[in-house]
Amino acid sequence: MSTQALIYLFVGVSFALYIGIAIWTRAGSTKEFYVAGGGVHPVVNGMATAADWMSAASFISMAGLIAFMGYDGSVYLMGWTGGYVMLALLLAPYLRKFGQFTVPDFIGTRYYSKVARTVAVICLIFISFTYIAGQMRGVGIVFSRFLDVDVNMGVIIGMCIVFFYAVLGGMKGITYTQVAQYCVLIFAYMVPAFFISMLVTGNPIPQIGLGSTVNDGSGMYVLQKLDESLQMMGFGPYTDGSKSMIDVFCITAALMIGTAGLPHVIVRFFTVPKASDARRSAGWALIFIALLYTTAPAVAAFARLNFNDTVNQTAYSEAPGWFKNWERNNLIAFQDKNGDGVMQVASGDAFAGAPEFTEGTGPSGERLLTNEPNADSANEVYVDRDIMVLANPEIANLPGWVIALVAAGGLAAALSTAAGLLLVISTAVAHDLLKSTFKPDISEKGELLAARVAATAAIVVAGILGIYPPGWVAQVVAFAFGLAAASLFPAIFMGIFSKKMNKEGAIAGMVTGLAFTFLYIAYFKLWNPDANVAENWLLGISPEGIGVIGMVLNFVVAIVVMKMTAPAPAEIGRLVESIRVPRGATGAHAH
Amino acid sequence: MSEQDPDTSAAAGAYWKENIRLLVTLMAIWFIVSFGFGILLRPFLDQFMLGGFPLGFWFAQQGSIYVFIVLIFYYAWKMKKIERKYDLDD
Repeated sequence: MSTQALIYLFVGVSFALYIGIAIWTRAGSTKEFYVAGGGVHPVVNGMATAADWMSAASFISMAGLIAFMGYDGSVYLMGWTGGYVMLALLLAPYLRKFGQFTVPDFIGTRYYSKVARTVAVICLIFISFTYIAGQMRGVGIVFSRFLDVDVNMGVIIGMCIVFFYAVLGGMKGITYTQVAQYCVLIFAYMVPAFFISMLVTGNPIPQIGLGSTVNDGSGMYVLQKLDESLQMMGFGPYTDGSKSMIDVFCITAALMIGTAGLPHVIVRFFTVPKASDARRSAGWALIFIALLYTTAPAVAAFARLNFNDTVNQTAYSEAPGWFKNWERNNLIAFQDKNGDGVMQVASGDAFAGAPEFTEGTGPSGERLLTNEPNADSANEVYVDRDIMVLANPEIANLPGWVIALVAAGGLAAALSTAAGLLLVISTAVAHDLLKSTFKPDISEKGELLAARVAATAAIVVAGILGIYPPGWVAQVVAFAFGLAAASLFPAIFMGIFSKKMNKEGAIAGMVTGLAFTFLYIAYFKLWNPDANVAENWLLGISPEGIGVIGMVLNFVVAIVVMKMTAPAPAEIGRLVESIRVPRGATGAHAH
Repeated sequence: MSEQDPDTSAAAGAYWKENIRLLVTLMAIWFIVSFGFGILLRPFLDQFMLGGFPLGFWFAQQGSIYVFIVLIFYYAWKMKKIERKYDLDD
């Protein structure tokens, strides 16, 4: 069977599976819709959390980013896993014991205030939408390359699938669909990684292969060879990185704390039966996540090595097939600056901005560009970092079914995260805004209908953002983490660990953290992107890492305001005492 | 939420203290392996090799993640023991 037929088959079968599960497990009550009935086994929940968590960015982009960042890529590896330690130790069991449906629920009740609840909803919607727009672009990229459809068509197909299991199934449908999606995506990630590790080092376990010697008889270690070949091409060593230590520190911290404050992750811990299950479930989630996250640095290093070997100093006319495939998809470009027909890879950009192709082709057959060449660099090759994982099986000449598997895996990763995010948005609107703030007398049936309508509306908005991606989305999508770290995390943390924190302090803290972080990011990313260089940054911290300072400000402002205002009422002290002990946690309150 | 009798409150207080002590220890380890070994001490640790990995680089890209997993499961196991001790388990 041809590779294209295999792709249709794999993607079709996996989609049929997801939809089948969604119909089988559809939600009948708000409790099932919001928290899957509250009875999900911790291992199952861990797997669903892992799928929910690992988005198109983790599956498709992360290894590519690491491949080109080297050591600096560690911020994603440590940042996106270390947050689970904070979740398991500092937040998850207490939120589970609290026993309601959403993050704003906790903040609204703990801080006895509709204003606090509404501020939390605003933070949540803001974070979730910036995140989801990126997922929709991921769906578009994978569809357009593998299913040979238009990007917009791909986004629409994705919307229909998500509509099925998010709107019909609610959290219950999503949980079991995500378990299936986890299995597909991890299998799809590991198979090519095993093959490539075997080819490069002779050891099939990528985690060990990365620390082994290269299979080419030189006796050099993978990382050693990579350092040497990059330095010969004018790059810094792979294992060293180029970011300043304070920036690496702050970005890692912002990603960790942001992970612990992301609403669609937190809400997954409301679905297990007991508080102690929430701790174990976070551990299982991290095991399932670590499987991919410890493989990614190996995939990254092997991909970079392969890329250097097969592209640098190769005549374009002899370029491998994958190079030309991705060039057709606008994600790779070759600008023959010195006119020798041979591709030179070097440090620096080949030209400014993304490639703008003309209709014509050059003397070697490469697609011509209108971009102004960058005279300061000898580099002639542009690569979109997103392609590294997707192109990997082709780079290593793996059989068609592996390529089909990766296509199905990439879609599973993007769709599962999109569905999880849509659910938190719809729950926040139906439960926190409608039921708890504006229309408390709404019936259960009415609330369920409202949640479904809100989910549908959120899908439409997400789809529009995917079809007409506004420039700012790509610019700020990674900052959902900084915003979550600076706004929601401190409010939840103090709500559990301090009995004294009052509503004035919490609200002032959230508003300060969100506003500071948002303005800093928006200034450097949207309003004045030319100023986005290390000399202008506060304390040398890039916009990616600024959420940490936002978090510190949140804590400081909250504590100062608390000291100046009326203390929290006595019953709040008792509420905090009760969430601190596991005994007495029952199913989520039916209310 | 019901009023707690004084006995449970005393147990809950002692339970909470033990929990905090455990939390601080484990969060310290969490900080040392990631921010410590993976970032602050990396230039120093990179002079040692672990197979083909410079040691600091290994902590940043692999080792800290393995430690994180151990920390969470140890915490879950230890907390269960502490809860049983104070008769507060769920």
